Amino acid sequence: MKKLFKSVLTLSLVAGLAACGSSSSAAGSAASAASEATEATTGDDGVKSEGVMTYAEYAAADLDTQVVVETYVQAKQGWWENSATIYTQDKDGGYFIYGMPISQEDYDKLVPGQKIKVTGYKSEWSGEVEITDATYEIEDGNYIAPALDVTDLLGKDELINHQNQFVSFTGMTVEPIGDDAAYLYNWDGSGTEGDDLYFNVSKDGNTYQFTVESYLCGADTDVYKAVKELAVGDVINMEGFLYWYEGANPHITKVTK
Amino acid sequence: MRKHIILLASLLMSVSLLTGCHGSQGSQEFTVPENFDTSREYEVTFWAKNDTNKTQTDIYEKAIKDFEAIYPNVHVNMRLYTDYGRIYNDVITNIATKTTPNVCITYPDHIATYLTGDNVVVPLDDLFADAKYGLGGTDVAFDSVGQNEIAEEFLEECAFDGHYYAIPYMRSTEAVYINKTYVEKLGYEVPDILTWDFMFEVAEAAMKKEGENFVVNGQKVMIPIIYKSTDNMMIQMLKQKDAGYSNEDGEILLFNDTTKELLYMIAEHAKTGAFSTFKISSYPANFLDAGQCIFAIDSTAGATWMGTYAPLSDISADKFVEFETAVRPVPQFDVNNPKMISQGPSICVFNKSDTQEVLASWLFAQYLLTNDVQIAYAETEGYVPVTTKAQESDTYQEYLSLSGTDNNQHYDIKIQASELLLNNIQNTFVTPVFNGSTSLRDASGQLIENVTKSVRRNEKVDDAYIENLYSSVASLYHLDQATGNASVSGEKADLGPLPSASKALLITLVIVWILIGAYYLYLNQKKKASS
Repeated sequence: MKKLFKSVLTLSLVAGLAACGSSSSAAGSAASAASEATEATTGDDGVKSEGVMTYAEYAAADLDTQVVVETYVQAKQGWWENSATIYTQDKDGGYFIYGMPISQEDYDKLVPGQKIKVTGYKSEWSGEVEITDATYEIEDGNYIAPALDVTDLLGKDELINHQNQFVSFTGMTVEPIGDDAAYLYNWDGSGTEGDDLYFNVSKDGNTYQFTVESYLCGADTDVYKAVKELAVGDVINMEGFLYWYEGANPHITKVTK
Repeated sequence: MRKHIILLASLLMSVSLLTGCHGSQGSQEFTVPENFDTSREYEVTFWAKNDTNKTQTDIYEKAIKDFEAIYPNVHVNMRLYTDYGRIYNDVITNIATKTTPNVCITYPDHIATYLTGDNVVVPLDDLFADAKYGLGGTDVAFDSVGQNEIAEEFLEECAFDGHYYAIPYMRSTEAVYINKTYVEKLGYEVPDILTWDFMFEVAEAAMKKEGENFVVNGQKVMIPIIYKSTDNMMIQMLKQKDAGYSNEDGEILLFNDTTKELLYMIAEHAKTGAFSTFKISSYPANFLDAGQCIFAIDSTAGATWMGTYAPLSDISADKFVEFETAVRPVPQFDVNNPKMISQGPSICVFNKSDTQEVLASWLFAQYLLTNDVQIAYAETEGYVPVTTKAQESDTYQEYLSLSGTDNNQHYDIKIQASELLLNNIQNTFVTPVFNGSTSLRDASGQLIENVTKSVRRNEKVDDAYIENLYSSVASLYHLDQATGNASVSGEKADLGPLPSASKALLITLVIVWILIGAYYLYLNQKKKASS
């Protein structure tokens, strides 16, 4: 994958370490919190306000039309100069909010679980459906999505129904990538420490490529370090967000053996 | 996976505003040492940019290894980047702490910002000309290129404010990668040089549907034109129209009537879905290779991603479709006077208090112009070596002659892209470089992005819209707060009433001159009276 613009994400240094757990980060961990939750927790009844779309309505909306959703922050992928990219989710589906103008002060309020109302345009970029040019309101309410195990959906058309959701993959085997490595910096090994990590995992004879997105989970996060400790043949469980780029491209936030 | 283009844009805007703070961080002016002290050890930090291409990083590593074998007392530490913007950001940050690299890959536009600090970047004029260590110098321990062996057009792109501040490293331009099969299926022939009108006409023809599918490709998706770099699109269109963009004084001329006409034209075809951009849809190559795009406009340095047999790809093998690819220059308004942008990485050397360290850095920078590095790197993409020495070498000529003999090193689309530039070097241009030119470039692309998004969202694009767009984009990129030598104008600026201090000074000057005149007359009268 080219990912020329992915590298740009490192600019947002205050970005989304929160999702991944970090020995050096005091930030809360949405993904970690979710992974440890035995069930979803809600601080409100989940009923949509007037004029707000249900997830089904959002999913059915045409591209380039205005959408209004109420959703809950799950992880923050980056912030710089009043703009943020955020994984959000309600009980029915995921909403990826891309490049939303927001102040540092409000960005800090968007802790995992925080309810927000987002108005923007439904867009698609290489298969990734997202809300762009968005505005927001912070509302009362809290919800942490549990990780949905989608291992059995890998390679199937139904997987896209869970795009942008917090998901898990279980019992997958690390396969070689590049010159028999367990992982690469960037998709072709052209990167260095701090760049995205790419690794291959297989299940039932099929191999898939997963990513540790360096802006969601940087070099000092547990998952980044864990992937660097992987060896070909390891059997692992993973959690992350079901990002899409010309097909499923999970952004992994946690790896356990 | 492009993600966070907005973040980059914001960052670039913010760092450009910070640059005024660096003046106090200057070092002493660099002077070329008499001799290079090889008894000492030197650490040279090199910030390199690659196109997320492992072969390119391998070439850098080999170049370092080979250079260190020639100069064992110089140790080059490379840091890899895949984005110019990030290098720019890091350099700006490190200027303030005096921890810039020694050598880095960069754009001249970015250097103009670095130069707002005193003696941050080494002017290379004296180094070029130095008899011992300059270009083709007698004491350079490798086959150094002479200044006359660097393509003049490319070298001149690195000169501004009366000095050379960089050496070119690689050059590319933009190309249209065309699905020739579909163009012919629509009843057209691909000309040697496309006009914008031709491209838009074919694109509109490709929008015909039967049921849910487009007729031309039988698929549900067809975006006939996808432009990767909309800033280049606007810049080249304006140049071809001989319309304003900016001038050497940093005057910003972008927001003019020709720009408005172009935006209307783009809006017309964005509204039908015939035109889109990388930022809105994705990489042109992904759509081209899947038979979902007919005119993919991207850098010649992106050629290895284009076509049915592209050696690099982001899409799965089952999405590729079979078609013939044609490579052409960017569309023109006047095919008899083609104009296309010259782009690509350059190399600058940062100043340090230790002149010997700077000299070691210069020697390494110069090594990147040797044939081994130039030819190897140029072959990784549709780049062109910047030295005539490399361009004319048997090795490079043989490489070109083997076009199409395989789909990797000699991938025909890649070599055609290189040849496109080689055949059009005289038709290339660059935009004026000044502190703020990076923001202006971003703004020019933003105009196209906004218009395209707006019409897709059924917003009305009219004169009022354009006027508001000009204002908001100028504000977003701080072009309405231009500092230094940059100013926004299509006309001479109204500077307003004179400050009172200035008025007082002028009045005083007038009174003094009157008194001088009166005294002179008094002396004359006195002289006449006495005689």
